[in-house]
Amino acid sequence: MNARFIPYLLIAPSLGFLTVLFFVPLVQTIALAFQADGIWSAANFARMAGDLDFTDAVVNTFEIVIIVVPLQLLLALAMAMMLQHVRGGRDIVLWIWSIPLGISDLAAGLVWLAILTDKGYLNTILLHLGVLSGPRSWLSYETPVTLLSAIVVAELWRATAIVLVILVAGVQLIPKEYGEAADVFGATPWQRFTRVTLPLLKPSIQTALILRTVLAFEMFAIVLSIGGRNFPVLVSEAFNWQYNQQDFGVAAAYAVIVMGVSLAATLIYLWALRTPAAQR
Amino acid sequence: MTLRRAVFITGIVVLCAWTLVPIYLIALGAVGGRTVVNSWPKLFLPPADLSLATIRDFLDIAGVWSSALYSVEAAVLCMAFSILLGVPAGYALARFAFTGATAYRLLVLLTRAFPVAILALPLTVGFIRLGLYDTPLGVSLMHTALALPFAVLVSASLFQAIPRELEEAAWVFGCSPVGGFLRVVLPLALPGIAATAIFAFVISWNEVFAASVLTVRHKTLTAYLLSVLSESPPHVQFAGGFVLIIPSVLFIFLVRKRLFSMWGIANR
Repeated sequence: MNARFIPYLLIAPSLGFLTVLFFVPLVQTIALAFQADGIWSAANFARMAGDLDFTDAVVNTFEIVIIVVPLQLLLALAMAMMLQHVRGGRDIVLWIWSIPLGISDLAAGLVWLAILTDKGYLNTILLHLGVLSGPRSWLSYETPVTLLSAIVVAELWRATAIVLVILVAGVQLIPKEYGEAADVFGATPWQRFTRVTLPLLKPSIQTALILRTVLAFEMFAIVLSIGGRNFPVLVSEAFNWQYNQQDFGVAAAYAVIVMGVSLAATLIYLWALRTPAAQR
Repeated sequence: MTLRRAVFITGIVVLCAWTLVPIYLIALGAVGGRTVVNSWPKLFLPPADLSLATIRDFLDIAGVWSSALYSVEAAVLCMAFSILLGVPAGYALARFAFTGATAYRLLVLLTRAFPVAILALPLTVGFIRLGLYDTPLGVSLMHTALALPFAVLVSASLFQAIPRELEEAAWVFGCSPVGGFLRVVLPLALPGIAATAIFAFVISWNEVFAASVLTVRHKTLTAYLLSVLSESPPHVQFAGGFVLIIPSVLFIFLVRKRLFSMWGIANR
């Protein structure tokens, strides 16, 4: 057998698989969204935009992404920097901090539901502090601010770990000499962080932001478990139209919107955080 | 110890507690059963009468366990598919310079910009036709689309880290290319491949959207919990949530040594 064909033989199975389960559904989703009764039309998008929950879903989704992603980046950066100064037990601290990486958004939602529900642990603490006198609901339709905060907290708890792991992996790649050189030239720790560590960490930050933002646009189980139908987001609406209304066209229209914003966010990050060729 | 150091250590401890305490609290809800979940105000310690009876109640929550079995089935299949398809592709990327290698790598990276699980929506029709709808096998195929890109990139980096000379030495001593791979390269890459497999398992075990869309009666644990969110009593939900978390915590422990090299390299 000609040796030139070996690599193609090796990648063929995975390529075929991704074609069938990634590209074909991708094209099908777009076709489904832009077709109604067999003809090309924007009817599904019109129905989607005409739905009462549509505006809420768009606003809620962007609200969560815009609040959560920057907070996660800051928290993960702080944690990664703290880790550099941990002397004993670094491994165990790292393990504990990365546990949420393996926790699904549904489980995370249920965890925070247990804490924040009417008769939950938060209200018990508030009772002991004398703030509350009895059970109180934070997650209902009438308390949109606390509902949003609850979802933000749950997302911070669950998904900061993935940012942390990517950043720690990036920090490990930075040669120690760079920081030492900064010290020799009299840089303060803050200058060393902003002028040496951050610029060198840029590729990792970019990856973390892309991954995190795409996943945040996909979020839905955490929202459904904490807020039920009180807090519609794009993917929970897609799920609702597919599962409860059995209207696959509108569900696909939502999927196309999610794809569009994910792709746009990725492109923005690729452009905004690009590394100039001279620095590579 | 200086004040600075004390503040620093407090910060570390607080962040550890921030991760661990919520897991502890849902565990209380899970093993405490109906009584603990409905009690008010809540106690922060396990109930004194935490007996075999309450634990048996927990283990008896039928829907949780049968669906957990479907989850395990789908996750094991996803793990096997990701490795079988991903490792050869990773080897090709690491060892051969071939036309289209860059395009292939880009294509794999491209999947990351898409909400892959959401693409399960149009798959329902095809899956019904093929008899894959409502089976763990069908769910595992969709989940493999999520885990495969990761498996390809990580195994490529694993093989890159193994010197080509070792393989060539095996050939000199009479090994065939396949024999050299199996006897020399594979043993060295095995721990990394195992970690990748565990990751594929966790990805499948945790996935909610595709699993919910592709199943009706044979629901995986996540799909089952999502479908009963509004109707089942809280203690069942918390028990389900806790069962969801246990394997994740264990698996992260198993791969903790490789977590960072895996993510660091997979994202280059």
